[in-house]
Amino acid sequence: MNGEATILHADLDSFFASVEQRDDPSLRGRPVLVGGGVVVAASYEAKAYGVRTPMGIVEAKSLCPGAVVASPRFEAYSAASKAVFEVFRDTTPLVDPISIDEAFLEVGGLARLVGSPESIGARLRERVRDEVGLPITVGVARTKFLAKVASAYAKPDGLLVVPVDGERAFLHPLPVERMWGVGVKTATKLRARGIEHIGDLAVVPPHALSAYVGRAAAYHLHALANGRDPRPVQTGTRRRSVGAQRALGRRHKTMEEIDSALAGLVDRVARRMRKAEREGRTITLRLRFDDFERATRSHTLPRPTARTERLLLVARSLLDVAEPMIRDRGCTLVGVSVSGFDPQAGVQLELPFGEPDTATLDLALDDVRERFGSAAVLRGSLVRRGEGFAMPTLPD
Amino acid sequence: MKFRIDRDALADAVAWTARSLPTRPTVPVLAGLMVESTDGGIALSGFDYETSARSTVDADVADEGRALVSGRLLADICKSLPGRPVDVSVDGTKVSVVCGSSRFSLQTMPVEDYPQLPAMPTASGTVSSDDFATAVAQAVAAAGRDDVLQLLTGVRIELEGSRISLLATDRFRASLRELTWFPESPDASATAVVPAKTLSDIAKSFTAGGELTMAVATGDQGPGLIGFEGSTASGTRRTTTRMLEGEFPKVRQLFAANALTVAYVDRQELIDAVRRVSLVAERNTPVRLTFSDGQVLLESGSGDDAQAQETLEARVDGDDIVVGFNPTFLLEGLQVMTEPAVHLSFTQASRPATLAGVQELGGEPNTSFRYLIMPMRLPG
Repeated sequence: MNGEATILHADLDSFFASVEQRDDPSLRGRPVLVGGGVVVAASYEAKAYGVRTPMGIVEAKSLCPGAVVASPRFEAYSAASKAVFEVFRDTTPLVDPISIDEAFLEVGGLARLVGSPESIGARLRERVRDEVGLPITVGVARTKFLAKVASAYAKPDGLLVVPVDGERAFLHPLPVERMWGVGVKTATKLRARGIEHIGDLAVVPPHALSAYVGRAAAYHLHALANGRDPRPVQTGTRRRSVGAQRALGRRHKTMEEIDSALAGLVDRVARRMRKAEREGRTITLRLRFDDFERATRSHTLPRPTARTERLLLVARSLLDVAEPMIRDRGCTLVGVSVSGFDPQAGVQLELPFGEPDTATLDLALDDVRERFGSAAVLRGSLVRRGEGFAMPTLPD
Repeated sequence: MKFRIDRDALADAVAWTARSLPTRPTVPVLAGLMVESTDGGIALSGFDYETSARSTVDADVADEGRALVSGRLLADICKSLPGRPVDVSVDGTKVSVVCGSSRFSLQTMPVEDYPQLPAMPTASGTVSSDDFATAVAQAVAAAGRDDVLQLLTGVRIELEGSRISLLATDRFRASLRELTWFPESPDASATAVVPAKTLSDIAKSFTAGGELTMAVATGDQGPGLIGFEGSTASGTRRTTTRMLEGEFPKVRQLFAANALTVAYVDRQELIDAVRRVSLVAERNTPVRLTFSDGQVLLESGSGDDAQAQETLEARVDGDDIVVGFNPTFLLEGLQVMTEPAVHLSFTQASRPATLAGVQELGGEPNTSFRYLIMPMRLPG
């Protein structure tokens, strides 16, 4: 492990909303909500009124009546993300992407050539501002975790360096919610035991902590709270899952509508898997209810696959199981992801039963969509509703 | 209700009937075992809406009547009773079980809430229960185990004249087992897909010798029902289960291919060698088999990690062939065969291979059980 503060966490501020403000000068300085039925991004001006994501547009408008609503333009976000990542890769070859709007950068080897991590961070912010026109916040620290906490602390449009001898002084007074992996539920449990700050968490022995957060999480939290995070900045690690999701808005949906949205998502995920030449065994269905609580259901197949038909069959059976929950609690988002990739796995051929060959169908559809765009061929059930927004993703 | 009964006969019948009771019942009464006493004997029944079981046992009945008690508890009690006659009677809301100086008192459940068991379909024919159990154990080896593909977790039973065929597949391998039986009518013809696990449990539970009656009723509405009935020294046992619905893959046609290469290998030697060689195979990677003049070479593992090799004596007729198999699929087929050697036939390395048992190298294979495996694609 590295003993110096050389890891940068660079995170674009209110990414989608900032792109809208960049491209439409009339939106600058004003509260902006990006989304259809649900807010997928809000500018800092809107966040000041208490708008959070995800939140229904109606609720957000009631909190912030002056807000301007912009429809998402995902192509513009993809292009902006690409441009920002070019700046990252021009800064250092060691870029570890987390999502389309954030990444870790290791700048340890650059001290003599370019300058200190702090000056590199400042230069990076300037370049993203000048070359792409977007605000970005950078946290600098010895570990990934501290760098991320630092950038969250410095937002918006800031730069914060956590010096190695100032880690405890920075981290320990922060509320436990700032910990990675501590959400509202865990925070409530911890606070009920008098653990309010990260400093409180650091002194609880992990075996005592495991009674209320689970064993693995307890050791993990304990290590992070004490500044131990051995994960290096890694480039070229292939992603461990491929997924897509679709917000469905707040109005009532029939199971058929949810099912057809799911089928469209499976089409998209399966196509991306085939393009990246991956096969997965575990299919996870993600749901968000009317109250924005989330749930997941998953199933693991005996053999990996990238076939649309197989993945859809599993996704649908997971949806069937979740049906009573959806009836009770509504559904505002559906997502599906496939994981359990095993690059070592050999290809098990299937018996030729003379059934319709869905593998060939998949390849033919992939070709058509590659050439004429993803909306060139749609499922019958999606013709009227469309396939929904394709959230931009990192390359697989 | 009041009766006296032989301890072993009761314990066997209770154990058999309680075997299929759900461990986590959807409604509490389904954890119950119904005990009915009628003139000359008692009947025990259990039901979970999928599978029903009913057994009768001779007994000295003093009072007719019925009661519903916890099946698991009654089974545990009967299993541990001393070897003396057992007296069972109802007393208010309790059932008392007395055997020698042991006394048990069990809470009853409301009889009126208990569902009606499905009627046994009309008999289609009879088969030797031992032959059937052996055949089922072989056929289920290729059945799917993933509940999402529910139909493939079943065994397709085809009744055609005096022949029963059992077929199963998980898409990667397939089995076909044929045996003869005695149909009620010479032109009998019926098919049923039965969950492999249920069929296997049923077949195993009727191995006390004797004849097994099979009864198939295709459902006019909803899934059809298949029933089995056999007798014991002191009574009868019958069970019904729901069929799976859907179009089963056309398994039989795959067994017709003409072989270009035929190999014979000692079955136990091959099992042992595959086990050893596959120790170094990563999950989901193949064991590679190279059949050439007089031998088969088994290899697994990759150049970067561990590797293993072993050569076995074999008789190989026809073209040399290199083929990769999932070692588990290969082992599961070899293990349910009963002959000392195995007959393997191939067309190409990317086409299914057929395995059958054979008495000696070069002999005529026993085609009553055939097991088909689809190869894995070999790297490079």
